[in-house]
Formats: sequence, C-alpha cells, structure tokens
Amino acid sequence: MSEKTYKPGNYPDLPPPPGTVGVYGWIKQNLFSSISNSLLTIISVVLLYYLIDGIIGWFFLDAVFDADSKIACRKIDNGACWAVITRRVGQFVYGFYPETERWRIDITFLTMFVAFAPLLYPDIPKRKWLLYFSVFYPFFAFVLIMGGYFGLQKIEYSLFGGFMLTVILGVCGIVCSLPLGILLALGRQSNLTVVRTLSVCFIEFMRGVPLITLLFVASSMLNYFLPPGTNFSILVRVIIMFTFFSAAYIAEVIRGGIQAIPKGQYEAADALGMNYWQKTRFITLPQALKISIPGIVNTFIGLYKDTTLVVVIGLLDPLGIGRAALADTKWNGLSTETYLFVALFFFVSCFAMSRYSLWLENKLNTDKK
Amino acid sequence: MTFFSNIWRNEKSRELIVQIIVLFFLGWFISWLVMNVNANFEALGKDISFEFLFIPAGYDINQYLIDYNNRDSHLRAGIVGLLNTGLVAFFGIILATVLGIALGIIRLSKNWLASKIAYWYVEFTRNVPILLHILLWHGIIINTLPHPRKAISLGEVTFLSNRGFYIPKPLTETGIELVYLFFVIAIIFSILFAKYCKRKQDLTGIQYPVFWINVSVICFLPLIAFFISGMPVSLEIPALKGFNFRGGMHMSPELAALTFALGIYTAAFIAEIVRAGILAIDKGQREAAESIGLKPSKVMNLVILPQARRVIIPPLTSQYLNLTKNSSLAIAIGYMDLVATLGGISLNQTGREMETMLIVMLIYLSVSLSISALMNWYNSKVKLVGR
Repeated sequence: MSEKTYKPGNYPDLPPPPGTVGVYGWIKQNLFSSISNSLLTIISVVLLYYLIDGIIGWFFLDAVFDADSKIACRKIDNGACWAVITRRVGQFVYGFYPETERWRIDITFLTMFVAFAPLLYPDIPKRKWLLYFSVFYPFFAFVLIMGGYFGLQKIEYSLFGGFMLTVILGVCGIVCSLPLGILLALGRQSNLTVVRTLSVCFIEFMRGVPLITLLFVASSMLNYFLPPGTNFSILVRVIIMFTFFSAAYIAEVIRGGIQAIPKGQYEAADALGMNYWQKTRFITLPQALKISIPGIVNTFIGLYKDTTLVVVIGLLDPLGIGRAALADTKWNGLSTETYLFVALFFFVSCFAMSRYSLWLENKLNTDKK
Repeated sequence: MTFFSNIWRNEKSRELIVQIIVLFFLGWFISWLVMNVNANFEALGKDISFEFLFIPAGYDINQYLIDYNNRDSHLRAGIVGLLNTGLVAFFGIILATVLGIALGIIRLSKNWLASKIAYWYVEFTRNVPILLHILLWHGIIINTLPHPRKAISLGEVTFLSNRGFYIPKPLTETGIELVYLFFVIAIIFSILFAKYCKRKQDLTGIQYPVFWINVSVICFLPLIAFFISGMPVSLEIPALKGFNFRGGMHMSPELAALTFALGIYTAAFIAEIVRAGILAIDKGQREAAESIGLKPSKVMNLVILPQARRVIIPPLTSQYLNLTKNSSLAIAIGYMDLVATLGGISLNQTGREMETMLIVMLIYLSVSLSISALMNWYNSKVKLVGR
C-alpha cells in the first residue's frame, strides 16, 4: 500500500467509487439494491414480458382490421377483431348525425380548441382577441351543431351520439358546474344561516345519492315538477343533472381551498375596509381556486367519465353505440375489442386533462421559486 | 328615507332582510313544484301511495342472500336488492383495499421498474370510466371463459365458467355452536389481552408480541374446538349436472364482474391515497426515528403508519362510499342490486317513479350521511391537538 502525500489544498478530485455511476450504477441502485429488490425486479420483468408479448400479439400482430363479420375475422387470424370498430367508426365518432352534415361537428370541435386556448393558457399571444371568440363560441357551437339557422339543416337531439355526445355532455357540464360550484362553496361558508343551510342540504344530497338515480329522475320524473305540458329535450335535462352533481363536488373542493386560507388574509382585507364581494373577488377566490385546481380538475375528469352513464337511460354515447354493435349478430361477442377501443379514447382525454392540471399547478405555484 | 337606509347599512338587519327574501323565494319555489306535481298527477290520474310495496313483485332475482321468489312483495325484492348491494360492496372493498395498499406501497418502493408499473396501472385504471370497467369484465367472463361443460377447474373443487364461478360451500352440522363460541371467546380474550399489554407497556416499558399472540389465539382456539366437536363442517363440492353445475356456492358472472371492476378501479384511487398519506409525513419524522436506532420495520409501524393513518382514513372512507354508490351501475349488466330491483323493475311494473326513487335515494343518502358523520367523529378524535 503506497500512500501519496499531498500538500494541503492540492488533493486531486478522485473519481466516484466504481459501480455507483453510469448505467451499471443506476441499475444497481434502482433495480438490484437488495435481495428483495432484485426479486421484485425479476417478478416485474417476467410480468411485463408476458403482458407486452400478449398485448402486442393480440392487439396488432394477430389482429384483423377489416372483415365482414366476427366469423370472417376468426378465419383470418385469432387476435383482436378490430373490424367491429373500423366498420362503424363513423357511428362511434358522430352517432347518427347525418353523414353529409358531419363537417359541422368537425369545425365545432376544432374551433373548440381555439376558444379554450386563451382560458387554458394565460400566456398565449393575442389573448384578448381570442377571449372575444371564447365568449362568442357557445352560440357559434350551438347554431352549428343544432342547425335551423342560416340555412343549416336542423338536426334532432336524438341523432346525437358517439364521442361527439361525450364531448358535448362533458364540456357543457364542466363549463356550467364551475360557477355553480363556486356559488355553493361561498354559500356554505356564508354567515347567513338560511343560505348556508340551503347550500349544505343541496351539496349533501347531491353527494349522497348515486348519479344514476339522478339520471333516472332526469329521464322519468323531471316532467312532474314542471308545469303540465312543458317538455324539453332529454339531453338538456341530463346536462342539468350532471351540472348539479359535479357542482356539489366542486363546491366541497373549493370549500377546502377557502378553509386553507390563513385567517390573517381576511383580517387584512377587513382592515382595508373591503366589503364582502370585494373580499371574495380579490382575496378569497384567487387563493382558494389556486389551491383547489387539482381537486377541481379531478372532479372534471370524474364528470367526463360519468357521461358514460347516459347509456343506462338510453342515450347513444360511445358505449351505447358499442352495445348496439355487439347486439348485431355479425359482431356478437366482440365486447373486449369494443370496450377497449372506447376505454382508449377516455384514457387519452382524461390523461391529457390530468397532465394539464399538473402543468397549471406548477405554473401557479409561486411559493417554491 | 334615512330610516330605511340605516336599516340597510346595519349589518345585522341587512342579513335578516336578505335571509327573509331568500326564504320567501324558496317557499315560492317549493310551492310551485308541489303545485306542478299535483297538476301533473291529477292529469294522469295518479296518486302517491306506498301500498305497492306489499303486493307480489312477480319477477325473479338470480342472486339472493335471503329467501326470495317471485310471489314475494316488492318490499322484499327491495331488501334482496339492498343486501346484494351490500354483498358486492363488501367483496369490492376487500379487493380494493388489499390491491390499493399494495400498489400504493409499491409506488413508493425504491425499485424503479416496480414503481413505474404501479404508476401506469394507476393511470390506466383511473382514467377509464367505471362503467367501462364493469362492461369489460362482464364481457371477458361471458365471452372468453368456457361453457360449464369445459369449465376451468381449480383442483376439481372450484370451477370457472361463463355461467359464473362455483366454489365449495361449507355446510354446518350440529356441534358448530362450540366453534362459534370459542371464536367469540378468542376475540374477547385478544381485546382484553391487548388492553392489558398496553397498560403494562405504559407502566413498565416492556413490550409483548401482542399481534402474533392474538392472531394465533384467534386462529387456533376455534380450530381446537373444531376438532373437539368432531369436525362439524363438510364441503359441498359443485358438480356438473346436465348443462350446469349444481351445489356449492355460486358467484354469478355479474357479481364477479362487478366485484373485479369495482375493486380494480377503486384500488387505483386507494393507491394514490396511501402514497399521498405516507408522503405527507414530514421527512424529519423518519430521520428522527432512524437516528434513535429503530429498525426499518419499526420505523414504518411505530412512526410513519400511525401518523399516515390520520391522513389516509378520511379519503379512504369516501372511496369506500364511492365504491358503494358506483355499485349502482350494476343495472347495466343486470346484477340485481337496490337500483335494479326497486328503482328498475319494480318502478317499471308499478309505474310509481316518485315513490321508488324516493326510497332508493333515501337509503343511499342515509348510508352516506351516517358514514360521513362517523368520519367527522373520527376526524375530531384523531386531530392533532394544538397546544
């Protein structure tokens, strides 16, 4: 053992010990740091191997993408039979919306991103002009989808279906439930006993019953509560129920945000002589909404997923279209393919929403910079 | 003029005025609804009455915990449905808890691969609607499992087929009472023993292996009684008769699909809750526990988990509630739960939407309100006491 001597301050930088850096070091640290850890890695690898092998084989390699029926599919190969989707892809997207009019849905859908952009991304250039469009957009979308004006053919609600219906229900529910949820949250925190009791009753009722019972009420009972002879579309009734339901959940999320604001904030606002509405507008809501973004987006995702429930009361959302396809003797028994396809659509949209909420959360997080 | 403006400027009187106005509008709104209902019911020649509950239901239910046939009343059908809701919620909660806690811990594990797998499981599962999960599982069981004649057999006693799962059914004979008795005794003993040990530890600091002693007492005492009384339990093994299995316990495809779907879906949420709960514990707690020389298992059991429990349990309960409410989607695959019996077939047969939906909603509402009340009580009990 030879030990070199160095003058103070002249020690050379030694390399890190072998096996702690680089690919090898990473693998050793993250996958094989102990016996139990190595075991877990091996189990995971085996699991992944079978999963990926099975999935790739069934989804792509052995799959049939076009055929006349399930039997024809099985004659070609024994993987997934995607023909049930590819033969009806139009229905899955647009429902029974007339084929010649489908461009209207396409335009509405594409412009939706333009309308939402200034709301979702505050830094976007020319935001002010885009905001005018956002305000104008609901009317634009309504006229374009429903028709009946400007020489556009009028389309019945009953023809709506597929992913288009999901997006309509989801977006309407989300847009309407946020303001209502904020009002309910403020009502629940109010000093006025009557207002508070009312808000609590509404919120607890909506959160206490399953959504499906509310949809039943919308489909079969709501007319009893309206003056005789009133009859409005099932779609509107369902949107109202979705709005009420998710507003109650949003109210609870925002209440959590309001309660998390330090008391000193209110005292400072009072000291400045602000009245209730000024306090709410400038002190409470900006802080409460910021904290509750993850919860609000989670509620939105929940609402968006819950739109599938309308299939139970007979609306033709993607699940309804899928079930109709499966009821066809040609495609009988291909439920896995159909439902996985619909699941993929929901996964993509909900995952995107949750990513957006993470991004926004980081952007608005001002205390950790 | 100044009198009125003074009233409006006084906070107390202003609040009173606003509340009176709100109450007035509320009263007007409710009376408007009642009037509409009256007018509509008169026009249709309907009334509100709950007598339909006692007339024979006239429909069959394929899964029941208490005896039921189609000559029983709607009320009994509703109770069968309620018990079925409870049954699927019970199985679903067990599955979701076990899977969820395991996944939540794996998510935090140092193993990169395992943690990523758990992450993608959670993302894939919770971003897909629960109804799709249910239909997917139902489809898989119905379409890919074989017919009863070619059923997948697990050790020749349990059979998986597209008509459901068949499990051996324990049949009790005389003498089983002794086993029950011993079981109760074992439970009482273990509670007392745990209390005794806790007091002992508080006084002297000596620790006993309470958990293992109690587990073995609860397991072995009934087992001893079981042998003393001459093994009074026999298994009824399902057997293929004709086109289907007879005997044994039958888990219908609907029940199985619903249990899997609810369990797997809710597990993703529980995993996130468990993870967040453990991460919520201050890093200093772990470091302090390690620095006084506790073993890793003790760090987890004595320091991290007791604190994480406070964070985890409230959202966990609300997930259990969600699972129970989501079980109402059973109607989509024809599992006869509360909504499918009372709110489904009974509603269609009697045409009494108002009454059936009222009962169904009240039942769900009372369950969730009582559980929230329980949670509030728990929260106030475990809340950190600020000094």
